[in-house]
Amino acid sequence: MFPFCFEWAWDISHMVFMGGLWYALSIIGAGMTFAIVKSVFDSSAGQDNQEHGHH
Amino acid sequence: MNETPLIPAGVKRCSKWQFSLWMAAATAVLLWGVYAMYLIWYKGLNQTNMNDAYGFALWIWADLAVIALGGGAFFSGFLTYIVGKNELKNIINLAVVIGFICYSSALLILAIDVGQPLRAWFIFWHANVHSMLTEVAFCLSCYFAVLTIEFIPLILENPKLAQKPFLHHLSHNMHGIMAIFAATGVFLSFFHQGSLGGVAGVLYGRPFAFREHILIWPFTFFLFTWSAAACGPCFTILVTKITEMITRKKLVKDNVIQLFAKISGWMIITYIIAKTIDTLYWAFVTAPGFGFKLMDFYTSDTYNIGLLFAEIVICGFIPGLILITKRGRENSFLLMTAVILAVIGVCLNRWVMVLQVMAVPLFSFNDWYTYMPSWQEVATTVLPLAYGIIVISLAHRYLPVFPQEKELNPID
Repeated sequence: MFPFCFEWAWDISHMVFMGGLWYALSIIGAGMTFAIVKSVFDSSAGQDNQEHGHH
Repeated sequence: MNETPLIPAGVKRCSKWQFSLWMAAATAVLLWGVYAMYLIWYKGLNQTNMNDAYGFALWIWADLAVIALGGGAFFSGFLTYIVGKNELKNIINLAVVIGFICYSSALLILAIDVGQPLRAWFIFWHANVHSMLTEVAFCLSCYFAVLTIEFIPLILENPKLAQKPFLHHLSHNMHGIMAIFAATGVFLSFFHQGSLGGVAGVLYGRPFAFREHILIWPFTFFLFTWSAAACGPCFTILVTKITEMITRKKLVKDNVIQLFAKISGWMIITYIIAKTIDTLYWAFVTAPGFGFKLMDFYTSDTYNIGLLFAEIVICGFIPGLILITKRGRENSFLLMTAVILAVIGVCLNRWVMVLQVMAVPLFSFNDWYTYMPSWQEVATTVLPLAYGIIVISLAHRYLPVFPQEKELNPID
């Protein structure tokens, strides 16, 4: 549920529950994004090194 | 097909036909459960023996039990990545696999139990923010995502997959930030394990379950988290020992098992002391406040006072005392006895907090409510066991689950 949904109310229950959910999902999402993006860079750098090595 | 490239280097595995036979037996049980699951989804919840008295039944017990047993994953993650007990890195892979199995099983059971799994997303979009079960649903699904993330690097260490540069780097980079995921897992586990206990503790209309509160949290909130952290590691040790027995190999060094067992023992002892205090306060203060005596809750043949004794003394103090003593831990028979008792104890606790709560008569003119699960409920509850055996077997065969295996079983 997002704050722009008609069921949303700006009370402590909604903020704690939904805030907790989005906080956890953000950490998981950010962590995975970091790992995937870094792996793309690492593997392309590794391939470049290999290619340079072959040349 | 030649599967040698798929098997980790330096370890020996049983022959393909032996493995196929083993997997076929587990798959047969799995298919029985899948058929029952199909019947329930196709024909509806009339396939169960749940009734007006038992809205929560065998499935919810199974859910709570597997979640408690999967607690070894979050607690070993906490000990390894946050406290810094590096020896546990030799058993944490198995704890993660067990956690993954337990939590995916819990979600599967819930998907069967809700009757309309296609509407399961309603709990996220139309959340009832006054319900502890909403918090459980949130934390359960997020923590399952965390467990999947913790499992992926292990899968990527398969020799065939590790040859792909991207997957190799992904595994390495995920390992690098695993402490963040582990910390998130601990946070999520603390709340959903607790809220599962909280659900029983806030039942004001059921004096057998109701407990006093600290702020908004009943005592059962803390006892459930505590018991999962205490007994989850015992289940991890038990599965390790069963795997060693089946494969006829030593997979984890004794010092690792001893450390894990010792920590678990102290957790069990402190938990069971807290549980005893909680029970005494409930028996002599809370329940009389509702007009009940302790023995009013134990008048049934099935639910008699022996159950309480079994939960607290036989499956609580005894395993705890065995595991905190060096001599107890080092004796393999006593160690096995203790971990089995601890596992039974936490399952018994969940049984009491789900099914006995439903069975106790609420008025003097009521009798005990009875319930016997249908075969479809039993089959779908056995399903996770077969599923777990299959996943652990595949993981052990194709992934480096036990880092010390090579050293402990050198191939000539």
